[in-house]
Amino acid sequence: MTIFKLLPELWLLGIVCALFVASVRGSRRVMSWLPVAAGIGVLVAVAGLSSRGEMLYATYKLDALSQFFKLAIAFGFAVVAGIAAGKKESRDLTPDYFMLLALSAWGLMLLASCVELVTLYLALELSSYSLYALIPLRGQDRRAAEAGIKYILFGAAVTAIALFGLSYIMAAKHTTYIAALAASSWSFADAPLAVVGLTLFLAGFFYKLALFPFHFWCPDVYQGTKNETAAYVATIPKLGAVVVLVRLAAILTPHMEVTTILAILGAISMTGGNLAALVQRDVKRLLGYSSVAHAGYVMLGLAAGSAAGLAASAFYSLAYILMNLAAFYVVCTISKDGENPSLDDLDGLYHRAPALAMILAVAAFSLVGLPPTAGFTGKLFLLSAAWDQGFYWLVIVAVLNTAISIYYYLGLVRHAYTGESDAPALVIPKGTLVFGGVLAALVLLAGIIPAPLYDLAAMAGTQLHP
Amino acid sequence: MTTQYGFPVVTMLIVLPLVVAAALLVLRRNERTVRLVTLGAGILECLLALPLLSYAPNGPAFQFVEQAPWLPALGMSYHMGVDGLSLYMILLTALMLPLCVLGSWTYISKRVTEFHFCLLLMTSACIGVFAALDFVLFYVFWEAMLVPMYLLIAVWGGPRRRYASIKFFLYTLAGSTLLLAAIVAFRHVGGTFSIPELMEKSYSFRFQMWAFLAMALAFAIKVPMFPFHTWLPAAHVEAPAAGSVLLAAILLKMGTYGFLRFCLPLTPAASVTAAPVMIAISIASIIYGGCIALGQTDIKKLIAYSSVGHMGFVTLGIFLFSVKGVSGAILQMLNHGITTGGLFMMVGLIYERSHSREITDNQGLGKFMPAFMFLFGLFSFSSLAFPGTNSFVGEILVLIGAFSSNTWVGFCAVPGAMLAAAYMLRLLQRVTWGEPSSFKKSWHDLGAREWVTLIPLALLVFYIGLAPSLAIKTIEPSIERVLSVMHQKNQAMGLTSDMKFTERMRLPASMTVATATDAVRKELP
Repeated sequence: MTIFKLLPELWLLGIVCALFVASVRGSRRVMSWLPVAAGIGVLVAVAGLSSRGEMLYATYKLDALSQFFKLAIAFGFAVVAGIAAGKKESRDLTPDYFMLLALSAWGLMLLASCVELVTLYLALELSSYSLYALIPLRGQDRRAAEAGIKYILFGAAVTAIALFGLSYIMAAKHTTYIAALAASSWSFADAPLAVVGLTLFLAGFFYKLALFPFHFWCPDVYQGTKNETAAYVATIPKLGAVVVLVRLAAILTPHMEVTTILAILGAISMTGGNLAALVQRDVKRLLGYSSVAHAGYVMLGLAAGSAAGLAASAFYSLAYILMNLAAFYVVCTISKDGENPSLDDLDGLYHRAPALAMILAVAAFSLVGLPPTAGFTGKLFLLSAAWDQGFYWLVIVAVLNTAISIYYYLGLVRHAYTGESDAPALVIPKGTLVFGGVLAALVLLAGIIPAPLYDLAAMAGTQLHP
Repeated sequence: MTTQYGFPVVTMLIVLPLVVAAALLVLRRNERTVRLVTLGAGILECLLALPLLSYAPNGPAFQFVEQAPWLPALGMSYHMGVDGLSLYMILLTALMLPLCVLGSWTYISKRVTEFHFCLLLMTSACIGVFAALDFVLFYVFWEAMLVPMYLLIAVWGGPRRRYASIKFFLYTLAGSTLLLAAIVAFRHVGGTFSIPELMEKSYSFRFQMWAFLAMALAFAIKVPMFPFHTWLPAAHVEAPAAGSVLLAAILLKMGTYGFLRFCLPLTPAASVTAAPVMIAISIASIIYGGCIALGQTDIKKLIAYSSVGHMGFVTLGIFLFSVKGVSGAILQMLNHGITTGGLFMMVGLIYERSHSREITDNQGLGKFMPAFMFLFGLFSFSSLAFPGTNSFVGEILVLIGAFSSNTWVGFCAVPGAMLAAAYMLRLLQRVTWGEPSSFKKSWHDLGAREWVTLIPLALLVFYIGLAPSLAIKTIEPSIERVLSVMHQKNQAMGLTSDMKFTERMRLPASMTVATATDAVRKELP
């Protein structure tokens, strides 16, 4: 039955509907069942890993790539729901808040399976509109409104650019199916209009990924929006962007002009992001700039354009959401009243909550790319893929950027472990700590035993570049 | 997992500290229990390392080989093994764990569980570094060791611990990021991460030069060689006694081990090309370290700077490319670990009593603490390479190698030995016979625990000093293999070295390059 192949999407849609009912009825008991339902969603996504097929006039495809990313999205949504569940006293976390969150995740799940540009665009917008509403939802905080406006304005502008690019592609190639597009030539000499169009269309996804020069919203939005929303915006939509970029990168064969553009954007993004992060004091803002840098790292795999490169990008994006969610888990847990923690607020965290300090250390060292974490393994795959395609300079830029980033990531650990503070010990429920501990353990596990995840990613990569 | 001896010795050595560390975190018993458990783990670790003593010097190069698939898609495997280059470093690492626990018994009073957790992690990672036969695995252990060391300095260190810990972390990690690029490049060119397989392949001169530069930077910082040494004195001075001991005994050796394991066999042409520069830097380190040590008033700083000089001897020995030079270098790696480790422990003991590391605050102890001064004197004499002690053998081998390579190199290195005598004797004279300035009766002489901590190292000083041939016999076959691989590759590239290579190789008449290569092939899985 075809319908069973769509269980991950249907399960999440079911959650959206249940949340809608809860919001209409004004129920406040959402947090007691939502994390469990989202957790079951992960199991459903695992069960759906082997689903294959095409539907809706071949615009919607279930393949290794889509199922891999659906699992990642389901996992990410479950984690964010879990983090939010630890904040039962927060008045902002209403059923409609979670409904919008789930709707955005659902849009991203659809995005993972779209293999046609217009459908893809629709799914992207579905996930984006929910976020436009979510970002300003932060009590009476004026910065949230500013963040919302920035996100919408940037988003609208980039959407327009992407649509403009789409029109060029359609005009030049007379088709919007990725498979048909991949079969034609994408060298600038053969189809200049299409290459320009593709570059513009990619801009829409670069915006989601916060890649230079589409990253200006990122630190402001992270800083302005609620911590739980920031945890979501910083991770899951990026997965959506990566899945589409991986799919579109299959159009590119190694050493095409567009890959050089991707490589240059990646290099600027990682350097700019890391340099800007060096001077940040607000932890969320720091993580915002760091995500700009990480978007640059992902470009290593996409620029390589090979099966190994695409697999590396897929793996790294999953590793990124794991480690970033662990970092945001700490941010959300230490700010009891939902305020933005600064580096100084991390002082003495080791005394106040040793387990949180350790989770933060694992996340920070993984973001640096220190073994044996998922961040290291992911970076190793990216570097290998880029080197194999001759992007030596990009690899050198990436490793030098890793060296730059050490300072500010180490700053997080330094404040937590060596800073002095008179603040009282943090009381954190054991269940919440176990949740964070599991996240940290996953970061380590994906680094020490990467084979199962990498094989899934490799399957997706090989399918696009047989 | 396939193991050569039916019992995964190396894996057990790595896993045991990890398991105990995890248990410590979960159980969190009282301080005494934590210390006893870690000490027990340390003793067990030493016992577990005993099978390594069955290492057959003339057997195939890598012994105790253990292999299991890790990430077959990228050619990564869990591949461990021991040869003459790594054997003694692994044994030394295992030995240091119980000694560090004993040495910190009363020195560390806060966050005791976490301190021992870090010690155990360090031990595990360090053994992994010396045993890894997969390049990625090596890098994993190489970097994993940074975190516990950073915490040891940052949490249990002296007043400027934050500065020292950040400097240590930034320097070493920044240096090794380029090592990662080199590892990726080797996989691209060699098609594998397996170190024995990579050793068998040849690489273009251009590639070798770039790879050598990337690797040498990481290793030079870790050694540390002048002018990349500035993190070392700060880290040594601020680290707690056990941290300094581990830094001196194990961590610094990773850099020189990296040169031996990777630079010489993988980038032989580049190594020969860069040798004059490396030798010059080594001599600069020897002279610079000695001169700066001479001017120190802080005992720990003095020993830290002396380390720069001693490690200069090690790198000098390596880049002489002669069996004598490299044997001396490896022996010096071991000797420096024993001697400087012992000295740092003793500084920790005196600091516990006087709460000062200044020479002026710790003068005239010979009258009040004769046992302490006996051992301090012993380690000091070893440090200045007094005949009969371990360092003498290593240093003399390096110097002989240097003189037979180039008389001028030998002449330049000799003042280093004289400087060592000057600063160590000056220190010894003042601490033993100087005017007692702040001695209190409460400063008791060495206790039983302190004796137990220092005696193994003192015995090793004599053992290696009086019977060095036992150690050299184990080391030499591996050195000959590395050098013959290196020479063969260089010959294949038409590189004529002016180092009079074969003359100094002390290869037996039957051991031609071809037979040496065959020996290497046989050992490969």
